[in-house]
Amino acid sequence: MADYKLALENITKSFGALTANDAVNLRVRAGTVHAVLGENGAGKSTLMNILYGLYKPDSGRILVDGQPVTVSSPKEALASGIGMVHQHFMLVAHLTVTENIVLGMSGQGLMLDVAGHTRRIEDLSKSFGFDIDPGAEVIKLPIGMQQRVEILKLLYHNAEILILDEPTSVLTPNETGPFFELLHRLKDAGKTIIFITHKLEEVMAVADDVTVMQDGKVRASVGAADTDPASLARTMVGREVLFQVKRSAHSTGETVLELDGVTAGNDRGLKALERVSFEVRAGEVFGIAGVDGNGQTELAEVITGLRSVDSGRILVAGKDITQTSVSRRAGELGIAYVPEDRHRDGLVLDDSVAQNAILRTYDQAPFASYGFFNRQAIADHAARLVRDFDVRLQSIDQEIRYLSGGNQQKVILARELEANPKVLVAAQPTKGLDVGAIEFVQQQILNQRDRGVAILYISTELEHLLDVCDRVGVLFSGRLMDTLAAADATPERIGLLMAGVAA
Amino acid sequence: MDSVYRVMFHLRSVWAILLALAVGSILILAAGSNPIEAYATLFKGAFFDYWGFAATLVKMCPLLLAGLAVVLPLRAGLFNIGAEGQIYIGALFATIVALYVPGLPGPLHIVLCTLAGALGGALWALIPALLKAYQRINEIIVTLLLNFVALHFVSFVVSGPMMEKGAPYPYSPEIPDTLFLPHLLARTDAHYGVLVGVVIALSLYVVFQRGVFGFTLATVGRNPNAARYAGMSVERHIILSFMIAGAFAGLAGTFEVLGHRYRLFHAFSQGYGYDGIVVAFLAGLNPLFAIFSALFIGGLRSGANMMQRAMGIETTVVEAIQGLVILFVAASLAFRYRATAIGRAIARRQEVEEALDGQTGDRKT
Repeated sequence: MADYKLALENITKSFGALTANDAVNLRVRAGTVHAVLGENGAGKSTLMNILYGLYKPDSGRILVDGQPVTVSSPKEALASGIGMVHQHFMLVAHLTVTENIVLGMSGQGLMLDVAGHTRRIEDLSKSFGFDIDPGAEVIKLPIGMQQRVEILKLLYHNAEILILDEPTSVLTPNETGPFFELLHRLKDAGKTIIFITHKLEEVMAVADDVTVMQDGKVRASVGAADTDPASLARTMVGREVLFQVKRSAHSTGETVLELDGVTAGNDRGLKALERVSFEVRAGEVFGIAGVDGNGQTELAEVITGLRSVDSGRILVAGKDITQTSVSRRAGELGIAYVPEDRHRDGLVLDDSVAQNAILRTYDQAPFASYGFFNRQAIADHAARLVRDFDVRLQSIDQEIRYLSGGNQQKVILARELEANPKVLVAAQPTKGLDVGAIEFVQQQILNQRDRGVAILYISTELEHLLDVCDRVGVLFSGRLMDTLAAADATPERIGLLMAGVAA
Repeated sequence: MDSVYRVMFHLRSVWAILLALAVGSILILAAGSNPIEAYATLFKGAFFDYWGFAATLVKMCPLLLAGLAVVLPLRAGLFNIGAEGQIYIGALFATIVALYVPGLPGPLHIVLCTLAGALGGALWALIPALLKAYQRINEIIVTLLLNFVALHFVSFVVSGPMMEKGAPYPYSPEIPDTLFLPHLLARTDAHYGVLVGVVIALSLYVVFQRGVFGFTLATVGRNPNAARYAGMSVERHIILSFMIAGAFAGLAGTFEVLGHRYRLFHAFSQGYGYDGIVVAFLAGLNPLFAIFSALFIGGLRSGANMMQRAMGIETTVVEAIQGLVILFVAASLAFRYRATAIGRAIARRQEVEEALDGQTGDRKT
């Protein structure tokens, strides 16, 4: 027992009829990197939230250094030496690194000893080779640096066990290497790391042990050296996984979508796109790679008409559409759009599936005439989409909120694709979906390509881009760095471009 | 269990009223009367007495229209606290047309006054709408503050330029009797304005249920980003919903002048615009139910006078009861938030469940 830094024994947690964690056992050896691998909904997050004191387990216990501990709040977790870095950082943007780290520490007295803290934080930072300026304002640090601030915060609070939730999802491929080195240094310093991920190659690269979860249960717990990606994938998904979607040979046609020197701002009025030019041909998938927040959202929005351009032109089939309205672009011009954030933009969660299915054509015949809806036509339409796209639901009158992410995405795809668009803008269409749904979405996109649709495929997941794209362009701080043919688009080359290094 | 909870929640307005009456009975006891007797007098006077019911209908008219002026913008997620001010400006416009546009046949003149009143309310509501749509200025504060501007502006007008010569109190001259709204119940004050309110409420109900405008308004309220994505103009809907709401409130003011008081008084509205908020929330923001909640609040008001005359209980007790109704309806909304929290939890559960189902399904294939 004493060998384990941390042990979770028979943890069970139910939400109503669903058992999110079913008698889960997790044993983490001291001074190791232990990966917890599983798809979305496998129960990883529930387990970590229990460990971090956010959920109370129905049964089971937590042992640190062989001693049972109760963890009913993050504060208690930290007192037991357990710290967590969330996928979305919990930093105050306009405070300095020191202020963020000291924030919430008890026993500070009336006056904060900023200088003392700063010195100690600097020392700690140096000892791990973090290279962080404690006086820097957090918002001015790059994402990778902010992540280090989060880790430093835990170290400064004397955490022995660090839970990292999908830490690589915010990093460029080139930042991943140094990040893994950092994990090694933490390990060498005797820290124990729990690394949550759904990426197999990361497990193989950095983990000592791996625990695979599926359906709320632990399916396997093995040393990383004793396994391989294929068998991990099998355990994780519960079936054989094809790492490739089917792509047929095809030829591209005329240029359909063309951007000519497009410059646009973001919501805060800062420059988000700078003189972006490219063209997409009929039957071609043009991929946009880049770290999140480098202008991808704005790019999708200027093409679909949700955002106005400051300068430059957008053309569809040779016609200037820069000033055309959203509804005309969607309707007459046939620009379909799968938005990046389906809950924010793509769906009205309080509305029914049937209503969401007509969101972009609600005022057109046969759905509406003389200002009133024709319910039968709306229901028939929804029923047809549900059948054609195999959407799993109880009823088309059900609020779309209650559908799974994959099924919500199917409703959006069905709605956007059924009108036979000429252009498809797909922004992160596989975000947050499980392997099965990802395959489906990618296959649909390739089907559209074969139909001759010009497709702009925006993704931060490099593997997905390389799976479906014919050409890949890389956005870095609003500029299109370069465009590579699929054959030349190696992860290394794209990674450099994503980091802003011109080839 | 879940369905029981849901039914209980849907009846929240009924519980709020019963609780308010229960607490109100303590106040009546404190005032030295028998609560059962007092309530019997109140409701008999409000609903089961010819003259009393007529008085209820007179109060119901502005309450219903003001209530609808709150219900409509809230569908798009906007708070109109400004019905009171829109009532005043509507009444002012209507009175101006009534007094200073001569030589029209009666019915046509009534229609013109009515349109002017609606326009006045709509224009008054346009101010917060424009500020909200294009400058993102909080519509709650602007509508609330504009109420005082409208109230005092009308006070100024009727104590100055439009004041009746030699009047002891600030009011305008009486409008020509050809403009008096016809009476609904003979020999009473109950006028046709309340019917206009009911027709508007029913139409609004149909538009909310089946109309494209009801859908676009709701979409703007539920998810403005998705509304933009669907090609709807969020700004246009903010302006439209406020102007229509302002028109409703303007009608409330118009009918007070044309149907009840026959002249424009200083401070005539007595807070109908604010009571409209009560009507709207008691109705659960449903225009159909607003008819009943306006009837109820109107009845409470007219029955209170009856109770005062018959039993000597101050009408302030009824005002307290109305306040308690608001309090309990507001409290019940806390349950709604809890209910939605439960709903969200169920949603998350189903989401995970279906994701798992999806996986099992995949495994079989």
